[in-house]
Amino acid sequence: MSHDHSLNPETMPQEPEKATLEGKNKFLGLWFFLGGETVLFASLFGTYLALRNSTAGGPATTDLFGLELVFVMTMLLLTSSLTSVYAMYQMKNNNFKKMQLWLGITALLGMAFLACELYEFYHYIHEYEFTFRSSAFGSAFYTLVGFHGGHVVFGLSWLIVLMVRNAKRGLNLYNAPKYYTFSLYWHFIDVVWVFIFTVVYLMGKVG
Amino acid sequence: MSIAAAQNKGFLAAVWDYLTTVDHKKIAKLYLFAGGFFFLLGGLEALFIRIQLISPENDFLTAGLYNEMITMHGTTMIFLAAMPLLLGLMNAIMPLQIGARDVAFPFLNSLGFWLFLFGGVLLNCSWFLGGAPDAGWTSYAPLSIQSPGHGVDFYIMGLQISGAGTLIGGINFLVTIVTMRAPGMTYMRMPLFSWTTFVTSVLILFAFPALTVGLFLLMFDRMFGAAFFDVTLGGNAVIWQHLFWIFGHPEVYILILPAFGIFSDIISTFSKKRLFGYTAMVFATILIAFLGFMVWAHHMFTVGLGPVANAIFAIATMAIAVPTGIKIFNWLGTMWGGSITINSAMLWTLAFIPSFTIGGMTGVMLASAVADYQYHDTYFVVAHFHYVIVGGVVFGILAGLHYWWPKIFGKILNETLGKLSFWLFFIGFHLTFFIQHFLGLMGMPRRYWVFLKDQGLDTGNLVSTIGAFLMGVGGLIFVINIIYTSVKGEKAPADPWDGRSLEWAIPSPPPFYNFKQTPLIRGLDPLWIEKTEGKGKITPAEPLGDIHMPDASILPFIMSFGFFIAGFGFIYQVDHKGWLAAIFVGMGTALICMLIRSLKDYHGFHIHKEELEREAD
Amino acid sequence: MADNIDTNKVNSFRKQKSKDEMKKQLISFALMIGFTIIAFGIVATDAIDKMFVVPLLLILAVVQVAFQFYYFMHMKDKGHELPSMMIYGGIFAALLTIAALSVIVWW
Ligand code: HEM
Ligand SMILES: [Cu+2]
Repeated sequence: MSHDHSLNPETMPQEPEKATLEGKNKFLGLWFFLGGETVLFASLFGTYLALRNSTAGGPATTDLFGLELVFVMTMLLLTSSLTSVYAMYQMKNNNFKKMQLWLGITALLGMAFLACELYEFYHYIHEYEFTFRSSAFGSAFYTLVGFHGGHVVFGLSWLIVLMVRNAKRGLNLYNAPKYYTFSLYWHFIDVVWVFIFTVVYLMGKVG
Repeated sequence: MSIAAAQNKGFLAAVWDYLTTVDHKKIAKLYLFAGGFFFLLGGLEALFIRIQLISPENDFLTAGLYNEMITMHGTTMIFLAAMPLLLGLMNAIMPLQIGARDVAFPFLNSLGFWLFLFGGVLLNCSWFLGGAPDAGWTSYAPLSIQSPGHGVDFYIMGLQISGAGTLIGGINFLVTIVTMRAPGMTYMRMPLFSWTTFVTSVLILFAFPALTVGLFLLMFDRMFGAAFFDVTLGGNAVIWQHLFWIFGHPEVYILILPAFGIFSDIISTFSKKRLFGYTAMVFATILIAFLGFMVWAHHMFTVGLGPVANAIFAIATMAIAVPTGIKIFNWLGTMWGGSITINSAMLWTLAFIPSFTIGGMTGVMLASAVADYQYHDTYFVVAHFHYVIVGGVVFGILAGLHYWWPKIFGKILNETLGKLSFWLFFIGFHLTFFIQHFLGLMGMPRRYWVFLKDQGLDTGNLVSTIGAFLMGVGGLIFVINIIYTSVKGEKAPADPWDGRSLEWAIPSPPPFYNFKQTPLIRGLDPLWIEKTEGKGKITPAEPLGDIHMPDASILPFIMSFGFFIAGFGFIYQVDHKGWLAAIFVGMGTALICMLIRSLKDYHGFHIHKEELEREAD
Repeated sequence: MADNIDTNKVNSFRKQKSKDEMKKQLISFALMIGFTIIAFGIVATDAIDKMFVVPLLLILAVVQVAFQFYYFMHMKDKGHELPSMMIYGGIFAALLTIAALSVIVWW
């Protein structure tokens, strides 16, 4: 197995995230995990599609959903995807400070997204009395969107731990794969959100 | 830790060593022992079921206890016995077969094991805490929603935790095979057992998430008042069936494919021939995995999916018989003209071929959707899946244990006891299950607590119970064999079977770094090539140098224990909100472990060249 | 662990390459935003007949996700054969699951 300290700094590898065996393993492991996550979310989407009209007399998709907030949330998350691309760009340029900066912006955008989501749930519960228990549709909606939100929370925690842990150490071949796998995970969260705003909100609005 | 320090230590030190180990060979032993324990437990449950059914209207078990027994038997055998035993063999052997020093994620490997173990223990705690789950291993809603008490809650949390462990194990094997093959070990030179490990791991990766979601839905309904399966609030119970079988059918292939790999390796070793149709075998494995995802609804023919869906799934199901048939013929082709040694490993293998073929044939019968209206939920189905699972998976595990025992434990299992246990188990198996085909065709439904007198079912059930006891005795003799061997057994040489693949090129048991020098592979059956065309020894691919090994860690154990505590919290917070504290404490423990893991630097340690040189070959 | 990679030594050729890459990523971002606005637009304005809206929304989503995978996550680059195999495998299982749950659950 390779050791980072044995590498000559003059030969900084083009892909620091995959320069060591550990890095390669992490890279593949996370991609494979995302393959599994695809099925996980498919099961949740499938359940949602099966139950989205099971409102049991309670509020339905057309009553509940507004487009403005969802649009804002979408922009926040899409932009955070771009900022994490910038962060990886800076990683390849070996500019640690800028990488941390872009990741910091990513984290802020993610938090803003979460705040919107919490507000949205709060709004449904208080204005419409639409909860997890109101109907099968309610259960399916909160479970699907909540699982996504849970992924955002996990991703943010991961990111913050990474940033704090490495703030003083700088970039090296031990932590480059960790940053890179985080960015993959974060993009995947965005992918799931694209389907959520399409299938849940936009298709829900269409009726 | 140096090599010397790893030897000579007290009992406590040994326990600590196993609690913290990240060595794939030790984790394999843990899997084998835990899986073996659950196998005995599941076997005991099976005997209770058969005693209850020994005669009409028997009252050995109460109706409720009977339901718990069949549920726990099925759940235990599939999730806590068969899978862990196979994962144990994969852990022990696959890295050796591809010439790796360890797996890709040693830490996660250990985490996967402890999650499985704590999940299994959690599930079995239910026996002492008001009753085990009783809605069947399939746990169909709405039965599972309405089942009183906490039994089904234990099923949910236990499987959720152990399932997470399995998923981790699957990803670990995949990455190991992709990145850690020795120089020259191309994909098409991997032994079949490594191939089936790879394909099985793909199946685990894509099948387990569906179960995860299904279990979450059940959990939300039972513990948090959601309405997924509550028809009065618009829920739909069929969703569970789909999710369960989208997982469940690939799961049966997760079980059988590794067994196929074991048999392939054994047959070619003991026929002294290269595996016939190696390429066809690999592609048949992949094809089975692919088709395995498109057939789940054959478990739901009688649900009322409609004739179009039933027809599609019937045809897809029958199609799987084709690659399976290819495999059967290739095994026969390998033995054809070979110089065959018959020992215990080979006996289990030879017995597998006809037994499994019978199971495959009843499978094709069941796949005919129209006929299945007659067979469904009768003993015919019970006979079918025991022919494939016992005749395929269990025979495979036992064959594999006989074959690799010397490599894993350094001793050769006793042949006399091995053959005795084989014959008892084999005869018992056919006595138990062959007759069940006919009981089923006569209309005996599965999962019923009693049957009535004079309906033509009495003799058949008696025979079946007698067979079950023969299997029990056979199983016990296998256990005795293990004990006898570990006390008295002869020490195994590196290559007791005149083997062909890489695991036989290193000492039995292997040193903890496996290969002193990474081997250079020159073809399929690398050791055999060197024996016949080379100097009889594997050529190293690198000069002797320092070896890097990963750090041991107690974190996986503590983390899994945290989830175990949280599991109790989830189950009991329904009764009293005070139990929420257990969720926080348990989850908190697990999260803190994760935090420590990500904050600390893990560099591993080196075994120095000089130390390696001192070691005798 | 302290040997950080020296900034000055990264050669300019590589910098140019990742700049070009960045340009492509920016274009994909612009397209993604564009698709999103179109998707929200057609729903907000009721511009298109209901029957066509849903397939159109799905196509927009799939294309946008493809950009995310291939450009943002580099699936188009070398060394991503196994990742794309596993993602497509996941998509295969995912499609079956979704088809089952949305089509044959109520039969
Ligand atoms: C040629 C291959 C196979 C075919 C065509 C086939 C077909 C079927 C069908 C149609 C059923 C549903 C019967 C019913 O419930 O009415 C079934 C049940 C079952 N099969 Fe197979 N099967 C095959 C191989 C296997 C293998 C290899 C395994 C396991 C290693 C397996 C394990 C099971 C189990 C566990 C069940 C019953 C599940 C339950 O209801 O509890 N089958 N099989
Ligand atoms: Cu099946």
